[in-house]
Amino acid sequence: MIHLNNVRAGYSTADGFVAAVDGVSLQVEDNEILGVAGESGCGKSTLLKVLYGHFGGSLSLASGSVHAEFYDAESGETVTHEGHQLHKLWWRKLSYIPQGSMSVMNPVARIEAQLIEALPPAILQRGGNSVLEEIKSFLSELNLPVSVLKAYPHQLSGGMRQRVMIAMACFFYPSLVLADEPTTALDVVVQKNILLLLKTIQRRQKNALVIVSHDLGVHYQVTDRIAIAYAGKIVEIGPTREVFANPLHPYTRALIESLPRLGERSLRRGIEGRPPDLASPPTGCRFAQRCSKSEDICRQISPELIDRTQKHAVACHFS
Amino acid sequence: MSPTDPLLEISGLSKVFRRGGLFSRERIKAVDDLSLVLPNKPSVCAVVGESGSGKTTLARMILRLEKPSSGRIMIGRSNVFGGDTNRLPDLDFRRLVQPIFQNPFESYSIHLPVDFYLYRTAINLGQATELEDARSVVDEALQSVGLELERVQGKYVHQFSGGELQRIAIARALIPKPRLIVADEPVSMVDASLRMTIVNLFDEIRKTLGISFVYITHDLSTAYYVADQIVIMSQGQIVERGEPGQLIEAPNHQYTRILMDAMPQIGVRWPELDTL
Amino acid sequence: MVMLRTLNSPRIVGGFLILLTFIVMGAVLPWFAPADPRAWQSYPRNLQPSVQHLMGTTNLGQDIFWLLSWAIGNSLLLGAIVAFFSTLIGVIAGLIAGFKGGFVDRVLSFLMDATIAIPSLPILILMASILKGKATLFSISLILIAFNWPFPGRQVRSVALSMRNREFVYLAWFSGESFKNILLSQIFPYLRTWSTANFINTVLVGIAVESSLAVIGLSSADEATLGTMIYWAIKYQAILSERWWWIGPPVVAIILLFVGLFLLASGLERRSQKARGR
Repeated sequence: MIHLNNVRAGYSTADGFVAAVDGVSLQVEDNEILGVAGESGCGKSTLLKVLYGHFGGSLSLASGSVHAEFYDAESGETVTHEGHQLHKLWWRKLSYIPQGSMSVMNPVARIEAQLIEALPPAILQRGGNSVLEEIKSFLSELNLPVSVLKAYPHQLSGGMRQRVMIAMACFFYPSLVLADEPTTALDVVVQKNILLLLKTIQRRQKNALVIVSHDLGVHYQVTDRIAIAYAGKIVEIGPTREVFANPLHPYTRALIESLPRLGERSLRRGIEGRPPDLASPPTGCRFAQRCSKSEDICRQISPELIDRTQKHAVACHFS
Repeated sequence: MSPTDPLLEISGLSKVFRRGGLFSRERIKAVDDLSLVLPNKPSVCAVVGESGSGKTTLARMILRLEKPSSGRIMIGRSNVFGGDTNRLPDLDFRRLVQPIFQNPFESYSIHLPVDFYLYRTAINLGQATELEDARSVVDEALQSVGLELERVQGKYVHQFSGGELQRIAIARALIPKPRLIVADEPVSMVDASLRMTIVNLFDEIRKTLGISFVYITHDLSTAYYVADQIVIMSQGQIVERGEPGQLIEAPNHQYTRILMDAMPQIGVRWPELDTL
Repeated sequence: MVMLRTLNSPRIVGGFLILLTFIVMGAVLPWFAPADPRAWQSYPRNLQPSVQHLMGTTNLGQDIFWLLSWAIGNSLLLGAIVAFFSTLIGVIAGLIAGFKGGFVDRVLSFLMDATIAIPSLPILILMASILKGKATLFSISLILIAFNWPFPGRQVRSVALSMRNREFVYLAWFSGESFKNILLSQIFPYLRTWSTANFINTVLVGIAVESSLAVIGLSSADEATLGTMIYWAIKYQAILSERWWWIGPPVVAIILLFVGLFLLASGLERRSQKARGR
C-alpha cells in the first residue's frame, strides 16, 4: 500500500529546517485502521501529510522515499506512485480529511453542490443525476439524512458537517483515507458517532484508514494498529490491543498509565519535562531526558524501531 | 464567615442571552434556575458538561465576569452581585476568588514576561509592599507548584509549554490566599502527559492550603479522579449531582448514562463495535 | 534586534530614508538660510537656477531653494502636530469607549461617527474663508486635529473591544491591576506598531489637506508651506510663463514626501498586521 522508507520531512523556518518527521519508516496495509498517536509537536499531522503526498507547499521531503501501490479495479493493474506524484491520486484513490475541516466548507454553497464539485471527472462522467442518486443511497446506507444535501453548511451542526465531510471523502471508495484529528473539538457523544461511522465505512469498503489523534482512548476503541509518535519519530508500533496491554516504550507506558479511568482513583502521574525542540533535537534517544530508565547509551545512540514480538516494534535500548 | 456558612451558595441562578440584532426576540437560556452549594470544608466540585451546557457561563458568573439575569451567588456572607450594602468591593473579591483559564497561551500578554502577573498579584493582592517581599512571595508560590523562580524569571509565553503555563497560572492564583479557585477547563488544552500533574495539584492544594475548587470540565474521568462532588450540566441545568462513586455506579439521569457510554475508555470496548 | 528586523522591509527602509532627507532639509537647512526667505525683493526676480540660487528666484525676488527648505520644515511641523494630537486624542477616546462600553461608549461613538460622516473639505473651506486673512498655521492645525481624531479613535475602539474579553486582560484584573494599569500594560503594547503607522499616515493627511487649502488660497498665505509656495507660484502665473523652477520644486517635494511617508506607514502597518492578526 504505502511504504515510507526513512523519511525525513519538514518545514523551512527562520531557524533552519525543522524535521517534523525525522527518519520514519512505516507501512500502511490494505484493509486496516492505523492510528497515529502523539502529543502536540510530535509530527503526527506532518506524517499524515507525507502519506498524502502533500509536498510543494511549505512541506518538503528532505530525504527518504514515499512509495504507494494501489490496485486499480477498472484496469486490473497495480499502479505505483512516488511521493511527489501522489497528488495525481487525490480524490481518486486517496482522500484527506484535514483538522477542523468542518469549518472549511464554502458557506454560500449548498452541500450538494460542494459534494459534486469535489468529485473526480471519472465519476462525474456517469452523469449528474445518477451520481446524485448514488450519493443519496450512500448517505442513507450510513444513516445520514438525505436532507443534508439541500442544506447550507451553517444550518448543520459541527458534528453533522464532519459526517458530511467524511461522506465526501469516502464516497468514491478511496483506497486510503487519511483523517487528521477527526473528532477534536466535538462533544464526546458526537465523537463516538463519528468514530463508529468511520469504522463502519472502513469495514464496508475494506480500504486503509489512518487516524491521527492525541486521544489514546479514541485509538483504543477504533484502531487495529497504533503507532506512537514522539518528537518526530515513531517510538512504538503494533496491534492496538497488544500495545495497550503491554506497552514496551517508557513513553507509551507513562502515557497510558497517566490516564485516569472511570471507576478507580489510584494516583496517576504526568510526565515531567517536555518534548525536545524539533529545531534542534538532542543526540541519542529523544525521550532520554524525561525517561526514568535512561542511561548513557540512550543519550548517545538513537534507538532503532525493531520488532520485539510479532509485529510489535519499539525503539528503545532497554525493552 | 462562620464555620457553618457554606463557602459558595448559588440559588436560582439564570442567565439569558439575547441573540440577533436590535429587534430580535431570540433568547438563549445559558443557565436555567441553577442551585449549587459548596461546603465550608475545602473541597473540589467538578462541573461536567459538553459545549453549550452553560458550564462556562456559570464559571464566568461566579468570577463576576458576567452578570446573572436572576438568582444569587453568595460567597460566605457576601453577595457577589449584591446591592450596595452587600456587594464585595473589588479588591476583597479578588482576594477571595481566583481563576484559571482554559487557554494557557492566551492567559498572558505576549508583550510581557509571564512573571509580570505574579509580581503584580503579589504587590496588589499579596502581602508584599516592596519588590523584595514580592520576590519571596512569588518564589514561594512557584515552588508550591513545582517550579523554580530562576526558570520562570523574565521569560515570555512562547518559551513555556501549556502545562508549565497552567502551573504558573495556579501559582499566581495562590498568591492572594483565596478561598475559592474557579478553573475553567484548565487541562483541556494541555497535552495528556502533562495533564495529571496539574489535576494532582488541585488535590494537593485542597489538602495543604485548604482552598476549594470549582473544576469545570467536559472530561468525566478527571472529574471522577479528583472531585468530592460532581455536578452534571446539560442545557443550562444541573441534571445530576452527587458523590463520584455513587454517580458512576448508579447514575439517575439518562444524560449521565449517555455521557458515560460515549467516553472512549481504555480497557472497556464500546459494545457497538462488535456489531460492525 | 529591532533594527535588523526593520531592515528586512524595503518599504520601511526606503520610506525612512526619504523622510530623513526631508527632515534634514526642513529642520537643519533653514538654520543656514542667509535671510528670511519670505522677504520680498531680496534678490533679482525670476532668475533661472544657478550656482548662487540653486533653484532660481520667484517673481517676488525670493530665493526658491531657501524658501523650499522653510516650506518643508513648516509642512512637516504642521503634519507632526496634527498627527500627534489627533492620534493622542483618538487613542485615548478609543480606549475609553471600547473598554468602558455602555453610555460612555455610545456618546463617544456617536461623536466619532458624526465627525467622520461630515464631509470635511467643504467645512474646512467654509471655516478658512471665515477666518480669511487671520488664518494661521496654528488655527489650521486645530481644525485638522478636530476632523482627524475620530479615525484613529474608531480603530482603537475596535481593538479595545476585541481585547476586552481576552483572557490575559481578565488575568491582569484578577492580579489586582487598576483599569488604568490594564490599559497601559495590557492593551497599549498591542497598539504600538499600529500607532506609529497611523501617526505617519496622519502626517501625510495633515500636509495634504493643508496644501489643498493653500493652493486654493485658504491657508495662511504669509507662512511658507509647500502648499502656499504653489499658491503663490500659480498666482504669479508661473505655469503660464513656464517658470518651472518655481512651481516645480514644491510639487515634486510634495510628491516625494508623500511617497516616503506612505512607504514608511504601509511598511509599518504590514508589520503590525503580522504581529496582530497573522
